[in-house]
Amino acid sequence: MAAISVTDLRKSFGDFEAVKGVSFEVGTGEVFGFLGPNGAGKTTTINMLCTLTKPTSGHAEVAGFDVVAARDDVRRHIGLVFQDPTLDGYLSAEQNLRLHAELYGVESKVVKPRMEQVLRMVGLWERRDSQVMTFSGGMRRRLEIARGLMHSPRVLFLDEPTIGLDPQTRASIWGYIRQLQQSEEITIFMTTHYMDEAEFCGRIAIMDGGEIVALDTPEALKEAVGADRIRIETADDERAIAELGERFGLEATVSEGAVSFAVADGEEFVPRLFAELQVPISSVNLSRPTLDDVFMSHTGSTIRDAEESSSKNRNRAVMQAMHAGGRR
Amino acid sequence: MSDAKPRPRAMASTTEPATAGAGTGAPAPPPTVEVRVPPRSWRSEVRAVKIVWRRELIRFQKDRMRIVTSLVQPLLFLFVLGSGLQQLSAASTDGVDLKTFIYPGVLCISVMFTGMFSAASIVWDREFGFLREMMVAPVRRSSIVIGKVFGGATVASLQGLILLALAWAVHVPYSVGLVLGVFALQLLLAFSITAFGVMIAARITQIQSFMGVMQMIVTPMFFISGALFPSGDLPGWLAVLNRLDPVTYAVTPMRTLIFNNLNLSAEATHTLNPPITWFGWEVPIALQVFMVFALGMVMLGVAIAEFNAGD
Repeated sequence: MAAISVTDLRKSFGDFEAVKGVSFEVGTGEVFGFLGPNGAGKTTTINMLCTLTKPTSGHAEVAGFDVVAARDDVRRHIGLVFQDPTLDGYLSAEQNLRLHAELYGVESKVVKPRMEQVLRMVGLWERRDSQVMTFSGGMRRRLEIARGLMHSPRVLFLDEPTIGLDPQTRASIWGYIRQLQQSEEITIFMTTHYMDEAEFCGRIAIMDGGEIVALDTPEALKEAVGADRIRIETADDERAIAELGERFGLEATVSEGAVSFAVADGEEFVPRLFAELQVPISSVNLSRPTLDDVFMSHTGSTIRDAEESSSKNRNRAVMQAMHAGGRR
Repeated sequence: MSDAKPRPRAMASTTEPATAGAGTGAPAPPPTVEVRVPPRSWRSEVRAVKIVWRRELIRFQKDRMRIVTSLVQPLLFLFVLGSGLQQLSAASTDGVDLKTFIYPGVLCISVMFTGMFSAASIVWDREFGFLREMMVAPVRRSSIVIGKVFGGATVASLQGLILLALAWAVHVPYSVGLVLGVFALQLLLAFSITAFGVMIAARITQIQSFMGVMQMIVTPMFFISGALFPSGDLPGWLAVLNRLDPVTYAVTPMRTLIFNNLNLSAEATHTLNPPITWFGWEVPIALQVFMVFALGMVMLGVAIAEFNAGD
């Protein structure tokens, strides 16, 4: 049985269509990543799957329950770790977890042992009696993960779980994710916009402009790109692009201050490039395909460029909504 | 399967990089504790109400500063205003100390403002994200709202108990009936005010605006209620407002309760605690108390409806 299955899910906010019909399935025990720039519709999709936002149309099942018709059943079987903190700083770590256990109706006699297990896992057992307001950002995120696991969810949703954390904490969070996958057969659905993290996922869906533009294992996605990527810095980028087109039949673009293009056998192409290109080249960089290239080949821009333009779009949508007089 | 005692571990908890296999050197991961979340039942709703209620108490207990600061205002009314105005009014209070007269009103005001702060916590919860944790739980929203209102009411009445301890200072003798009665009335008033606040908090999501709106509504209600003056021979417009003000129907029973505990002349009772009348009809105390309760329930209902309607 699929842990998550989604068919043609859509969500509009006024005139702005945030999610434009996505369909996919996630198997039990899988680590599934949603990759894309801010504003690509990742959080909206995750919110629909977590029953926080009602879909405009389409169908989604999580842990075998319909997200609209069986909202509470879905909630009982999922754990949520939000982008923004949702802990009570006045309570201790233990009190936060106990409150969660009570709200989710966890059997009283397993609350204690389960709490110890999840707190030990995230390395906060010794700090269980400290007020959460004394915790660092990384500790809070770890505590949120522990809390999300208190009721043994079948699917754990992590919305940008490592954003703003130091590399060490990021590494330990990835440690927990792998551990969970092994010990509890939990399905993990996460969003990220760190390319290097997406590599850890079993499969990833690349989202851009409200649509899934690619979905496969990271290896397969990279293989599909096939070509190596060459970036050159030149004296005249425009002429270089034109020449690359005429002479080699290559489609090049300027991104992040360099001319960039994909070519089948990079190492053999570089000598030819130097010999035949009339524009002086000041530096050259050859790389094997990365997820960045995958993203680029599917969307035509790097994730950073996409982020800038989408945040502009979003601002415009917000402005329109405000003019229309809509509340929140 | 797992002992509750903390086992000392060599690793610093904050900088522990969990290795992928959790194998080499590190202790083996503790066995998985199976948790089964039962389907929703009335028992899970009661548990939710209870834990939300308990959270309010835990927070109240930890926030000593709030306990102290919220005592300032009632104490000012009681001892500064009470002692100060005594000099003007000695003749017309039929020998009753003004502090004694104001005391029931002050018992009400303390509960009102604490209840207001309790309701504000729902706005804070929203601002700090915690409201979301409660709203996504597989329980009814109404359980959350009821827990919140009961919690706020309990906290406010506990605060009121501190003021009850001051009865001796204003010449009110203690009795079991008095203490129980005052506590019950405070609980009722606190419940209604908190329900009112939570109802407002469903709409107003910013703490500054919320406090502003609450001040704007609660302060006039308190002044008009007759907490600080007898509501007998008021000018027409004020008499009308006084009768319309729900707080009047909490203050009058409170004052009646306190006065019944004193040895006052009929004269003094009549001047200082005149019965509330509607077009000449004397409103029974029981009806007044019931009105406060009914209003609280209505506002609680509206608050639940509003939170249910939210996303």
